[in-house]
Amino acid sequence: MSKEAILNGIRRGLKRGPLPADQQAMLAGRLASHPRHLQPARAQLPRPQQVALFLRNVEKEFGTVERVPHAGAVPGAVADYLAAQNLAPKFVLAPSPELWAMPWSERPMLEFHSGRAEATDLVSVQHGFVGVAETGTLMLPAAPTRPTTLNLLPDTEIVVLKASGIVAGYEDAFDRLRAENQDALTGGFMPRNIMFVTGPSRSADIEQTLELGAHGPRRLHIILVDDDPAAIQAEHPDAPHGFDQG
Amino acid sequence: MQTVHSPDFKRNAARALADTGLQKALGTAKGAFLVRRANAVAALPEFEQLRDIGRDIKNHTLANLDFYLETFAANVERAGGKVHWCSTAEEARETVLAICRSVGAKTVTKGKSMISEELGINDHLEHHGITPVETDLGEYILQLRQETPSHIIAPAFHLNREDWEADFRRLHTHLPKDRVFNERADIVAEARSTLRDRFLAADVGITGANFLIAETGSSVIVTNEGNGDLTQTLPKVHIALASIEKVVPTLEDACNMLRLLARSATGQDFSVYTTFSTGVRRAEDLDGPEQYHVVLVDNGRTNMLGTEFQEMLRCIRCAACMNHCPVYGAVGGHAYGWVYPGPMGSVLTPSLVGIDKTGLLPNASTFCGKCESVCPVKIPLPKMMRHWREREFERHLTPGTQRSNLRLWAYFAKRPGLYRLATRLGIGALHLLARGKGAFASLPLAGGWTAGRDLPAPQGETFMSAYTKAQRAKARR
Repeated sequence: MSKEAILNGIRRGLKRGPLPADQQAMLAGRLASHPRHLQPARAQLPRPQQVALFLRNVEKEFGTVERVPHAGAVPGAVADYLAAQNLAPKFVLAPSPELWAMPWSERPMLEFHSGRAEATDLVSVQHGFVGVAETGTLMLPAAPTRPTTLNLLPDTEIVVLKASGIVAGYEDAFDRLRAENQDALTGGFMPRNIMFVTGPSRSADIEQTLELGAHGPRRLHIILVDDDPAAIQAEHPDAPHGFDQG
Repeated sequence: MQTVHSPDFKRNAARALADTGLQKALGTAKGAFLVRRANAVAALPEFEQLRDIGRDIKNHTLANLDFYLETFAANVERAGGKVHWCSTAEEARETVLAICRSVGAKTVTKGKSMISEELGINDHLEHHGITPVETDLGEYILQLRQETPSHIIAPAFHLNREDWEADFRRLHTHLPKDRVFNERADIVAEARSTLRDRFLAADVGITGANFLIAETGSSVIVTNEGNGDLTQTLPKVHIALASIEKVVPTLEDACNMLRLLARSATGQDFSVYTTFSTGVRRAEDLDGPEQYHVVLVDNGRTNMLGTEFQEMLRCIRCAACMNHCPVYGAVGGHAYGWVYPGPMGSVLTPSLVGIDKTGLLPNASTFCGKCESVCPVKIPLPKMMRHWREREFERHLTPGTQRSNLRLWAYFAKRPGLYRLATRLGIGALHLLARGKGAFASLPLAGGWTAGRDLPAPQGETFMSAYTKAQRAKARR
């Protein structure tokens, strides 16, 4: 059997037999503690600057951003964005109770259904899990409430992200997942799929020159909900009042 | 496996240098990757430290490869997936075919994968009546042209915009003949709309894997287009092809490697899509594949462990070495004659197919050392090419003239007095022949050299006599 052939080939090459039990225990310990390596200093910032870095990096990678003061402002932001892009006010909405609870009826022109995306869906509204400030990257773990097709099939993807979900590095994103996610099948924290998304789809296959909109969404728009008082800068015009902004 | 044409390197290179289309494409592309990488690296002060960490992670993994592969496999199975261990290319091809047949597959979409090129998956599927559809933009046009990639991350590196337009007009006959291609974007848009239906119709999706994670049993792909994600999300079956050295222990280890990969490859801080796949669609999920297979391939890699080529297994296929190689930059990827071009190919190809089948590939280098200096995991590529040259010589694979010249040189080198005398006479003679001109435009027995450039004429004395003089002067001070 090839499994044995490959394992024996490895051991022959490394000039040893199977690893002794204590060595295996040491390696299992490394897996269990999964130590972090060097974390780039660029994202180790106070909360308001960390959020600002995230937004700056999203725009650097050709994504667009709007910041709203509370979840109630999301339907209006979606409607205005679609109108500004000259897109029909129709979309597929991620089947997430949190998204559904938003006051969509305040914008009666909006037409939407809930579920996974099909080939005919031109716009999706997804909810982000975490945003990584280091590179302006969204972490979108698959879940019944967060279908993967929403990130892939539509021309335009709008992602609603809470400011409290912005972290410094990818390791912080995985820590959130380790703490908050339980997989129904394995009992572990890894869902079937995790997409890290940095800006809209692109290709440089023609003469090494960048063109946006290869196979995935041509536009990636992030609506950031300021739910985290600590993340709001004093000069932010939409800042809700009454928070301690120190 | 793809046929090895590496022994034809010299002839291929001469042809490549005379190919105006190729030279135009290389000229357009040259520099783009270099500048982008340099900017990305400059923007991350920790980059050098991350390289050391990356090297150490890979070394640690290779030293315990059996443990990490078994852990990986156990975790794939825990998530409802299946791991197929394949020693040879043939075994891997048969495994992929059997999976496709088990679901009655007619068409298979594919994400860009170099291991798929190495194994010859497409030909095998086609031969058995299954249609593979390449979905990466670069791979797609190569499939239309029936060509192989000339670069490991930018497969159509050798093509110009005019080639794309001509091929799309020739082969997309379902579209109006008078459509216009004013911009590159028009080409991208046409490929997007043409491939959309193929994504939706495919029964199986095949991707490669940039990394495998032992801790979680995940396969990771890194793309910009989103084609790899559509490939692994829409069909009922996802097959991830991966060679055994792709495994890293934990997600944290993968994070470090990912910080190196995109910067070294395209000069991006992070690629657009970095996706971790772990097992099958969960009961409540609305999308995703029902079957998840990992085809784990050796195909010669275990033979590299414990040899002077073990460090080559650290390679993460970023292509920084070829992007910075003056030889690759002059002749492009096809001249190298097999799947992997550039410096990494000159080391890996002999390791995988045998030095007796690759001709003088390890000699396709100026030994400038740029490849090693940009390698994200610090693989000593020039040193390894030198090891291959030694093996070539030991096994009498080098040409007769080169061997007799080396023997002649060795005769003198072993006799320092004679060597010094001979070089002094030789240099003196050349100096006289040059008659005050700085260089030779032509020289008997050195036509190969002077055809492309002048040979500088020696000016004065040998190194040894200059050195001795300087030492004496120092002693007097």
